Amino acid sequence: MRIWLSVLAVTVLSWLLKASAPLIVAHHKLPASVIRMTALTAPVLLAGLIVTELGGQEIDWTQLAGVGVAGSLGVLKVPMLVAVAGGIVATALIRLSVG
Amino acid sequence: MNTKAFAEGVRLGVGPGAAAFVLALSFGAEAEARGWGFGLPVLFSALAFSGSAQFTLLTALAGGSALAAITSSVLINARYLVMSVALNDSLEGGRLRRAVQALALADASFVAAHRDDGRYDAARLIGASVPQWIFWVSGTAIGALTSPSSELMHTLGLDVAFPAFFLILALDELRRSRRAFAAALFGAAIAALLLLVTSPGYALLGATAGALIGVLPEKEDTA
Repeated sequence: MRIWLSVLAVTVLSWLLKASAPLIVAHHKLPASVIRMTALTAPVLLAGLIVTELGGQEIDWTQLAGVGVAGSLGVLKVPMLVAVAGGIVATALIRLSVG
Repeated sequence: MNTKAFAEGVRLGVGPGAAAFVLALSFGAEAEARGWGFGLPVLFSALAFSGSAQFTLLTALAGGSALAAITSSVLINARYLVMSVALNDSLEGGRLRRAVQALALADASFVAAHRDDGRYDAARLIGASVPQWIFWVSGTAIGALTSPSSELMHTLGLDVAFPAFFLILALDELRRSRRAFAAALFGAAIAALLLLVTSPGYALLGATAGALIGVLPEKEDTA
């Protein structure tokens, strides 16, 4: 019961967070500086996700190497899924070879 | 709804969806191992559709009070407040209609919805969330049923999927402007510093402060 209620609470509160601005802020033009900030939210969020994914636990150099391979393929404009698959295969091979 | 933008969103959501599938396998397996059974984790994934909050609740409930666990899970999702504000101006229709559209928010969908002119596209946001939702819910179900070991996932290199997708999505964002590059570096530095003193969820929330660079007036040479 405790778990079910907690799950319900987190679900509803997550909905409210996602819908917060439409529910609270009226639909009117925001100041230009706020618009510029909202445009930067996506790249900043991604940078934070990368740092917390890679450094959230003990840093694993094999994971860093695999992500590096995927990123390099991305720079070379290789299609996204192929680049990520390349990173996964590289990581598995590195882990296999270092035991 | 603009069907072309929706279809474009679906296409953009498949890749991150595949990565979410791997993460969902771990969530389902971990929830099953902690006695949540099969139905509850699947229902949680279907309704909350938020990996960070779900993992936080799963971990925090095991070690502390329900209230503290709920609070942590919600705080970890506080970045959705920032995304909701960023998105709101690009949504159309009445209050309720915009609120329902905003429920499709997920990290990768938010990025997929980001247009070249800096605004966000609701049809693309919802389109990108569809494959991610399907992968997220089915991954949770399969994880809870099969309970793959974390050692196996590590050996196969699957822990690379998520950060690799984020890195490739970031490359696209950083090509847009010098300002995006500066803001991302700033956000990454904040996250890295916060990681030294707090948990990843709070470090991620702190990183969004990097967008404050937008307060500065724009120069002509940003492109």
